[in-house]
Amino acid sequence: MAETRLHRRPARPAELLIRGAHVLDPRTGIDAPHDVLIRAGTIAELGAPGTLSGSSETPTTEAAGRHLFPAFVDPHVHLRTPGQEYKESVETGTAAAAAGGFCQVIAMPNTAPTVDQVSVLDALIGIAREQAVVPTGFLAAITVGLQGRELTEMAALAEAGALGFTDDGRPLVSAGMLRRALQYQRLAGGVIALHEEDPALSGDGVMHEGAVSARLGVAGIPSISESTYVARDAAIARHEDARVHFQHLSAAESVEALAAARAAGARVSGEATPHHLTLTDEDVRGLDSNLKMNPPLRAEADRRAVIEGLRSGVLECIATDHAPHATHEKEVPFEQAPMGTTGLETAFAAVYSGLVQPGVLPLALVVERMTAGGGLYGLPIPRIAVGEPANVVLVDLERDRVVGEGGYASRSQNCCFDGRRLSGVVELTVAAGSVVFASRDAGITTLTEVS
Amino acid sequence: MSRHLISIDDLDRAGIERILDLARSFAEVSGREIKKVPALKGRTIVNLFYEASTRTSSSFELAAKRLSADVVNIRSAGSSVDKGESLKDTVRTLSAYDPAAIVIRSPWAGAAQQITGWTDAAVVNAGDGKHEHPTQALLDVFTLTQALGGLEGLRIWIVGDVLHSRVARSNILAFQRMGATVTVCGPPTLIPRGIESLGCAAQDTLANLGEADVVYVLRLQQERMQEAYVPTLREYAQRYQVNRARLREGQIVMHPGPVNRGVELSGEVIDSDAALIDAQVKSGVAVRMAVLYELLVGAPVLQVVA
Repeated sequence: MAETRLHRRPARPAELLIRGAHVLDPRTGIDAPHDVLIRAGTIAELGAPGTLSGSSETPTTEAAGRHLFPAFVDPHVHLRTPGQEYKESVETGTAAAAAGGFCQVIAMPNTAPTVDQVSVLDALIGIAREQAVVPTGFLAAITVGLQGRELTEMAALAEAGALGFTDDGRPLVSAGMLRRALQYQRLAGGVIALHEEDPALSGDGVMHEGAVSARLGVAGIPSISESTYVARDAAIARHEDARVHFQHLSAAESVEALAAARAAGARVSGEATPHHLTLTDEDVRGLDSNLKMNPPLRAEADRRAVIEGLRSGVLECIATDHAPHATHEKEVPFEQAPMGTTGLETAFAAVYSGLVQPGVLPLALVVERMTAGGGLYGLPIPRIAVGEPANVVLVDLERDRVVGEGGYASRSQNCCFDGRRLSGVVELTVAAGSVVFASRDAGITTLTEVS
Repeated sequence: MSRHLISIDDLDRAGIERILDLARSFAEVSGREIKKVPALKGRTIVNLFYEASTRTSSSFELAAKRLSADVVNIRSAGSSVDKGESLKDTVRTLSAYDPAAIVIRSPWAGAAQQITGWTDAAVVNAGDGKHEHPTQALLDVFTLTQALGGLEGLRIWIVGDVLHSRVARSNILAFQRMGATVTVCGPPTLIPRGIESLGCAAQDTLANLGEADVVYVLRLQQERMQEAYVPTLREYAQRYQVNRARLREGQIVMHPGPVNRGVELSGEVIDSDAALIDAQVKSGVAVRMAVLYELLVGAPVLQVVA
């Protein structure tokens, strides 16, 4: 039912036998090697390794030594359609998602024009039905043109398919406007997602304010520009008993404010990005514009707090904030470059290499947090169980890859992990029952070909 | 020394001392009637200035000419830069002339480092945003060395708008590298959070200024008041102006220029023997000759090419 709020191009239901992969699904409690048979896009059978066989035509992958997870969900991507297709399109952005192991993505409305009226959303859904490689949902703007002055027709937008509302990329500066939006949400439904940043405090900052910005002489964005808005807006949400989601939290103080608000009973949630979980302002010393994003990479203590927030569940999901920009836009001095990094193709590998391999977070927890993002918006969470639609990703944890070496599926190359060697290579992605990504390494063959 | 001069961090103490030695011989050349040596004859140096500058651009131009280089000066006003050309395209265009060095002044941090990827020329940072101004720091070290024999053990206070000063950042690094201890002092709004991580101390008032052997005063930009960093020039001058009443006998005063007479420095101090401001300007040419020579002639790899 909720699936109708996601859109993708027509795709053939998969027939596929995945043999001997180590299946890990923290929600169903599976954590052992299995054969998995997908028939007509549905998980038809789960069995001990070597016990399942399809028909002679069933494509098969010998997956012993690899891991099979529920495919990932990204509640925060920028697909740049409509209007900025030179950066990304629904097709290239969702191809990047497929290559990263995602089976669902949710796109932000800060496009040109903004997704702030039904006609724009309708057109976008039409494009997704022609182009989207993986099922894609859309948030609509809270205010017209993201200007923070007039509410959009939230009820009509929700009816037309908006999963929720956000002015992402910009904060909602007026507390009064936010309060109206939260009151109106009772009519419209949907989660309201917030990009938290007090512009009076962030000013013309371009990176985290701290020892590194002091050394580099570039204007800083203090942690309090985010955390004071989290505290303010959580208080308003609590007062209105409204459902609010805080996007891409970066500062220790923000995690603290969110935890306090939840403890007090506010219905608020938060997300963490792979880059805030694994990189810090120390990485910005070389002024590489691919490491310029908003919110900025913060100090090591902030990174640790975000990790702890993710561990405890205060931050309930990982979201990439995939933000493509063209090379000519990023190939300028750091202070002039637009903010944003791509993230769909590197999300799992970055978190796996940065946090799981060193023993900071358990693999099962990372898989849980990378699949939780759609649940916020009421979407069904991918599970590996008989009868479920096939949403799975096959990953080789033993192999590594230098990011960017083989190019990107995204139209843009502005990845903050570019040039880094990361472990955890996605080989196969099945989304809503269809194979949406299969690298040569997946080695899919039909039995007839083998014999 | 690396092939470029982007940051004081490109130089260790021995590297700085080598440039000081070279600068001493070039200062001697500058004292002659014919102030020119043929070291860079036939080679081209591009001065690419994206910000207005009098001192730095004229002294780089003079330094290159005294080394007999051909000099091309590009200023952003009226150039292709004004017509929206990107830094990358400008640098590639100029590189087609096969310059030995590009001297760049940019309002953006990291610009000098960035263009090293787009040209074969040696790159000299003549100021990148509020990041660094390494040749200013070198000429300040040179000036102090000429006046006092060296920096070892000196206590140097840098006073004023540290937040917006590339000179402060390069000088903190250079002074410390040469053995001095550095204290920065200014209104708390103009001292960047975390500056102590560079190894210096930070003070909010001039109360302990007496401990300084050298007082290095920074320019206060007039527009800082509109941004509420300081309430008024009057209050700033009352609290932070370096004047005769605040100085003790024997203290040396420096300033990178241009000075706001009567704001950060009193007129009587500027005109007194305590001020090394004119000596700083004069050092500029010799030190920039030394830097260009070191990068273009001194480096063994390039010597073969030349």
